[in-house]
Amino acid sequence: MPTINEQLTEEIRVQARKLLADKTVAAVIGYTAGSLPMTVKPAVIRAADDCGRLVWNSFCVLNLANYLPEVLKSVEPPRGPRDPKPTGPLPKVAVMATGCWSRNIVVQIQEHQVERERVVVMAIGSRGMVSRRKVEAHFSGREILAVTELDHELVVKGADFTETVNRWSMVRDNCQTCTHPDPVLVDVRIGAPAADRKNPNPFKQVEMIEARSTDERWAWFSAEFSSCIRCYACRNACPLCYCPTCFVDDARPQWVGKSLDATDTGLFHVLRAYHCAGRCTDCGACESVCPMGINMRMLTKKLNKDVLNLYGIEAGMQPDTPLPLTTYKPDDPQQFIVNEPGSAKEGA
Amino acid sequence: MQVFKLSQAELDSMIRHFGSLGMVYTPAAGKQPSARTDCAPGWQPADGAPLALATGPSATSVKTFFFPQPETMQTFSVKNNYPDRGLLREPETLTEKQIVVGLRPCDARSVLLNNLPYREDPYYQANMARTVLVGFTCDAMCSTCFCDRMGGSPMATEGLDIAVSRLDHGFAAEILTARGEELLAGLKLTPAGISELDELAGRRQAAPQADAAGLDALKERDLNRLYEAPLWQQLGESCINCGACTFVCPTCYCFDVQDEVVRGTGRRIRYWDSCMFPLYSLHTSGHNPRGQKMQRTRNRFMHKLKYFPDRFGPFSCVGCGRCVKDCPVNIDIREVMGDLLTVE
Repeated sequence: MPTINEQLTEEIRVQARKLLADKTVAAVIGYTAGSLPMTVKPAVIRAADDCGRLVWNSFCVLNLANYLPEVLKSVEPPRGPRDPKPTGPLPKVAVMATGCWSRNIVVQIQEHQVERERVVVMAIGSRGMVSRRKVEAHFSGREILAVTELDHELVVKGADFTETVNRWSMVRDNCQTCTHPDPVLVDVRIGAPAADRKNPNPFKQVEMIEARSTDERWAWFSAEFSSCIRCYACRNACPLCYCPTCFVDDARPQWVGKSLDATDTGLFHVLRAYHCAGRCTDCGACESVCPMGINMRMLTKKLNKDVLNLYGIEAGMQPDTPLPLTTYKPDDPQQFIVNEPGSAKEGA
Repeated sequence: MQVFKLSQAELDSMIRHFGSLGMVYTPAAGKQPSARTDCAPGWQPADGAPLALATGPSATSVKTFFFPQPETMQTFSVKNNYPDRGLLREPETLTEKQIVVGLRPCDARSVLLNNLPYREDPYYQANMARTVLVGFTCDAMCSTCFCDRMGGSPMATEGLDIAVSRLDHGFAAEILTARGEELLAGLKLTPAGISELDELAGRRQAAPQADAAGLDALKERDLNRLYEAPLWQQLGESCINCGACTFVCPTCYCFDVQDEVVRGTGRRIRYWDSCMFPLYSLHTSGHNPRGQKMQRTRNRFMHKLKYFPDRFGPFSCVGCGRCVKDCPVNIDIREVMGDLLTVE
C-alpha cells in the first residue's frame, strides 16, 4: 500500500507530465529529491520526460510561490528592456501549492506580480510540513542519516539507532496552528481536499509573548535576534519580498547600518515584518530557512493577528477584497493615534 | 613539539586559565543572552562550564574573529568646528588577545587559506596576531563533512596553536606554536607518555586522509569550458540568492565598505558582503556584469573551485559542510563538484 505522499508524488508526476506534454504550460515548479535527510530541492521542470524527478513529502518547507514571478518571466519570449510586451497570450507556468502558498499567489495577483490566467495551480491539501529543526532537536547530539516518512510516523535512522516518532509532533508551529490547509486556488487537484482545521486560538504563541512585561518582551526580542548573521535567507525565501532593491541593501540613502549592530539587526527584522503586514500567510518559509534558528515568524504572526482583529482579513483569503494596508476607508480603525490628554477620544 | 595528556577536569581548568590571558570564546550552545554585544553569532565568551562540543564544526565559522562584523578601518569627524574635519584617522590597532577554543581542523585550515589573499591586509594580519587557536580534532565526521576531499583531514592540526585530541582515557594536547606554548606557561601539565603518543599517532593514521587523486582530477578539469554548461542554469533557478552559504562559509571573505556617521562622528567600516547579492557586482554606471541569479550562483562555485586555485593553489573550500547543511534549497557543493567532474 503506497503512503499518502507516494500517491501524491505519483499524481503530481502524471499531471505535470500531462501539462507539459500537451503544452498547457511551459514549466512546472515543484520539488525534487534532496541530498540530505529531510531536505528537498525546488526545481523548475521544462520537459515532460523530467517529471519523474518530482517528489512530494513533509519536508517541502520552502514556499514555491517565491519562484513564480521569475519563472513566468523566464518563459516569455526574450525581449529588450524597452520592447513592448508581446500581444496575445503568454506561456503559462504550473506550480504546486498548498493552502498558504496558494494564498501567497493570490497576494501576488492582487499586487500585480503575477497574472492569474498564466498560472496553473496544482492544488495540494497540506498535511503540515515537518520542521527539520524539531526533529534534529529531538535527536539532539545524534546525527540523523536517513528519515523515512510513513503516513503518521517518521522513521529516523542514525549510525546506531532507528526510532519512530509521531509525524504531527514534529510538524512546524505555523502548520500546527494553520486553519486553512487547502488551497484557495485550484486548477488541477492533487489528492483529496484538506478540510479546514478548527483552531480555537491560532495566536497562542504570540499571546504568550504579549502577556509579558515590556522588559521581558525586550529581553525576548534581543535574545531571539542576537544570533542573526544578516544573511537575508528569511527575506529571500519570502514570496512577499520582490523589491528590486531591498531597503537594507540600498546604499544611497542608507536606511539601515549594514554590519552586526543589535539596533540595525533589530530594525531589519521589525521592518521586514511590517512590510509583510496584511500580506503574510504564515507559510513559515522564513523560519524554516534561517541557518541560526531564529523564530522571526513571531513578528509576522503578531501582525497577522493585528490585521485580523483590526480589518477582519487574512491575507489571500479574499481574492476580490483589496489588501487592507493598500486601501483607505474613513472608518478604518485608528487606535494607533495617540491622543493628547484632554482631547476627545478617537472611537475605534 | 610538546604533547601533554589531560583529564577532562584538567582540560576544563586549562580553558579557565586562558581567561586570565585574554578573551576566551567557545562555540555557543543554543540562543545567546541578550546582553551579548561582541557580534560573534554562534560563539560565546567561555563561562567556565565544561566544554561539550557537538560532532562536526560549530554552527558558525571562526572567520568572525578574523573578519569582525564590522571592522573599523578609519575614523573621522564631520563636525564643522573640528580642526581635523574630514580627515581619516587610523583607529587604534586592537591588540587584546582573543583565544578561540573548540574550533575544528576545517576552520583552522580556513584561516591559512584566507591568509593567502589577505597576507598584506593590515586588519587581517592584526587579527591573526591577536588570535590564538585552540582546536579540537574530530574523532567522528558528520555525513555533511568532506574535509578529506578538499585537502584536509579530521585529525589535522594545520593552522592551530594547540590541538586537543580525544584519547580512550582523557585528551592529548599538542603544542604546535610558540603562541600555544605561551598560553600554557605556568601550568603544571603531565607530558604524554609513549602509550598516549602511540594512541594519538594510531588515531591520526586511521583517520581519513586528504584524497590527492580526487583533488587532482578536479584541478585538471578545464572548468572554463563548462562556463555555459546547463547545470548552472538549473542551480541558479533553484537558488534564492540569500547569503546563507557565504556567511556560514569559513573561506568566503568578501566585504563591502561603508561610512557610518552618528552625530558628526564617523567611522569607515568593512562588513561581510556576499557574491549572491545583486549589489555586490553592481557598477557605478548601473551596469551589473552578474545581473542574473545564475551568474551569481555560478560565480561562487567558480571562485572556490577555479579562480582561487588558479591564483593561489588550493581550492577555497575546506569541506566543513556548513553550506550543505544550511542551504535553504539544498544546493550541495559535493554534487556540484561531482557534476563538474562528469559533465561533458
